[in-house]
Amino acid sequence: MKALILVGGYGTRLRPLTLSTPKPLVEFGNKPMLLHQLEALVDAGVKHIVLAVSYRAEQMEKELKHVEEELGVKITISLEDEPLGTAGPLALAREILSQDEEPFFVLNSDIICDFPFKDMVKFHKHHGKEGTIVVTKVDEPSKYGVVVYRPEDGQIERFVEKPPEYVSNKINAGMYIFTPSMLKRIQLRPTSIEKEVFPEMASDGNLFAMDLQGFWMDVGQPKDFLTGMCLYLTSLRQKQPAMLHSGSGIVGNVLIDPSAKIGSNCRIGPNVTVGPDVVIDDGVCIKRCTVMRGAHIKSHSWLESCIIGWRCVVGNWVRMENVSVLGEDVIVKDELYINGGRILPHKSIGESVPDPQIIM
Amino acid sequence: MLKAIILIGGPMKGTRFRPLSLELPKPLFPVAGFPIIYHHIEACSKLSDVREIILIGFYQPNEALNKFISQSQVEFQVQIRYLQEYSALGTAGGLYHFRDQIMTGGPEMFFVMNADVCGDFPLQEMLDFHRTRPSTAICTMLATEATRQQSLTYGCVVENKDTHEILHYVEKPETFVSTTINCGIYLLTPGIFQPLEVAFKKNLEENYSFDFQVPSKEVIRLEQDVFVPMAATGTVYVFQSTRFWSQIKSAGAAIYANRHYLVIYRRTHPERLATNGEGKPKVTGDVFIHPTAQVHPTAVLGPNVTIGRNVVVGEGVRVRESIILEGATLQDHCCILHAIIGWHSSVGFWTRVEGTPNDPNPNKPFAKLEIPSMFTEDGRLNPSITVIGSSVQVPSEVIVLNSIVLPHKDLSGCYKNQIIL
Repeated sequence: MKALILVGGYGTRLRPLTLSTPKPLVEFGNKPMLLHQLEALVDAGVKHIVLAVSYRAEQMEKELKHVEEELGVKITISLEDEPLGTAGPLALAREILSQDEEPFFVLNSDIICDFPFKDMVKFHKHHGKEGTIVVTKVDEPSKYGVVVYRPEDGQIERFVEKPPEYVSNKINAGMYIFTPSMLKRIQLRPTSIEKEVFPEMASDGNLFAMDLQGFWMDVGQPKDFLTGMCLYLTSLRQKQPAMLHSGSGIVGNVLIDPSAKIGSNCRIGPNVTVGPDVVIDDGVCIKRCTVMRGAHIKSHSWLESCIIGWRCVVGNWVRMENVSVLGEDVIVKDELYINGGRILPHKSIGESVPDPQIIM
Repeated sequence: MLKAIILIGGPMKGTRFRPLSLELPKPLFPVAGFPIIYHHIEACSKLSDVREIILIGFYQPNEALNKFISQSQVEFQVQIRYLQEYSALGTAGGLYHFRDQIMTGGPEMFFVMNADVCGDFPLQEMLDFHRTRPSTAICTMLATEATRQQSLTYGCVVENKDTHEILHYVEKPETFVSTTINCGIYLLTPGIFQPLEVAFKKNLEENYSFDFQVPSKEVIRLEQDVFVPMAATGTVYVFQSTRFWSQIKSAGAAIYANRHYLVIYRRTHPERLATNGEGKPKVTGDVFIHPTAQVHPTAVLGPNVTIGRNVVVGEGVRVRESIILEGATLQDHCCILHAIIGWHSSVGFWTRVEGTPNDPNPNKPFAKLEIPSMFTEDGRLNPSITVIGSSVQVPSEVIVLNSIVLPHKDLSGCYKNQIIL
């Protein structure tokens, strides 16, 4: 089986992290975002994965070399000369995707969930038509485009963009499985699969919706990245509790790399991910944060809802909150207050940021 | 024989010092570990000829004041009395009203000090200066230099550069007059009661009314009613000092005064300043820790910090540019910056209490502390020192930024730029 992952462009929504690292390689739960998907695909029997990218990411290619070996999967990078949207990349990879009659997966790269790839194959083969899209339930459907489908078999009737009145609470979860014959619908030009291809497939009765069980999050921006991390850690608690940390000063679901050092009298958690080689000094309190590789959090600081980038240094008695994001190698001096600050890489911050703003 | 009179005002004064003056008369508010007027009394006690210190004001007699007076009498071995005005009589009305009390024992001269100023008072120098003036001199006024712009909010003095006689005096002029400003500290001879009597009678005449509902006015303002007409009559002189001096009008000014009194301690009372050492908290800059306070050795204090009586400071606490009042508790890892923590209040774990200083511009010579209005033109609170009133509970892990919290509140979350009633 084959899969195509829509990696796309520069990941601007996840800046300042993506100024240093291509989005698929940004660690989510101490593992590059892309690896979560690659592992799940390989587990479902996928042998060849196409990454559709619209910019040249040497760092990513290098990184993927050893992933290919480790996972025993072939990875092809399909580079777009111009961004082709969400459907165009399928046309670009047509040769690979239509090598045989097996269905292939397509997924957005920002998705974190319990990937249901095996169930998708079963569901897709059961209805036998061109396409299956995974749908997930949301609390506020009016913010999204919703999917209306027949409850008995999942056949999609229509899509409604931002419905002012309730019609459905199911949205497209960004994961699809298609029969190669659907490729005839797509031309090699910038095209939106959601807006231009799916409505057509639905009206032909060729598109089915499969309900997603468990959590789901589009983690393409910092606020959702943190929400997704909480869901992911909760899911780990149920499925692989041994991966989570416990002990004195650890509260709730906390993921800590074994190489990280935690000082005494700290309170870490709930919902914290601490990367490799991180140093947390004494008396630090961290809640609902991701701390990336090599960062150093000094004594008595208090962090909530923040992403601390690679090799950052956060000073003593610093207070950071409200989805503050530090890019790579940022230094926050002692005793400062950072409220919703997005700090670009390699900055040294010497004054408090009392209101949300971007520090260039 | 000399005396000193400290004008302590009354409960309707010092409103800009609320909520701290709700609990305690403002002159008793501790700066650098001791009440504001303790520093006045200590300065007076250095002069061997001062036999009596009289506090004049219109506070009802109260326990705090009585206790302060009796303790200070013992400590400084000088008679201290409180004379209560029947109503607010102005800066000179009380002097005139209590003239017989002041003159008892026949003092040669007496100092008059406003309680809402602080400084490194050069009282001996004023005395030496006055004794070299002509015999007609009945007043020496302490003055200092201000910026042109800031001078407009003070009493402005024009002097004869050679004789230092005051040629012109005006209180808070609209346009620039002089950068020499009145410090509110005077040395007077008994001769002052003559012009006071003139001012008192003139006042009575002008304000006399047959309307029983309008009380007769016995208010005399030393500045406008006495010094203004006395200027250029060969009776009032000015002694200029460049030593530290500031008004204490607002809470922000208390932190500023705290810093300067701590600096003065280096010279006068080095034993009052905390030092680093084994088993002691880390101290940077000038810090006063009351001997009864319990401070964890992992705490980091200073510069410019005063820790009051029976205060408890937990593990890994950081305090900078702040005053922690008697009985307060700072729990582990909390961070206090530019703030005053009220009596018996408590600050929770990992909480941040932070204010914004409004110190004088250090790049402008002679700049004084600005006293900004409480609100901006669009009605928002101007960032200033954060003041936590007495017996307030600040919970763990919150931030209280640029806010004023009135006494006896249990806070429930974060507050920024607010007055919390």
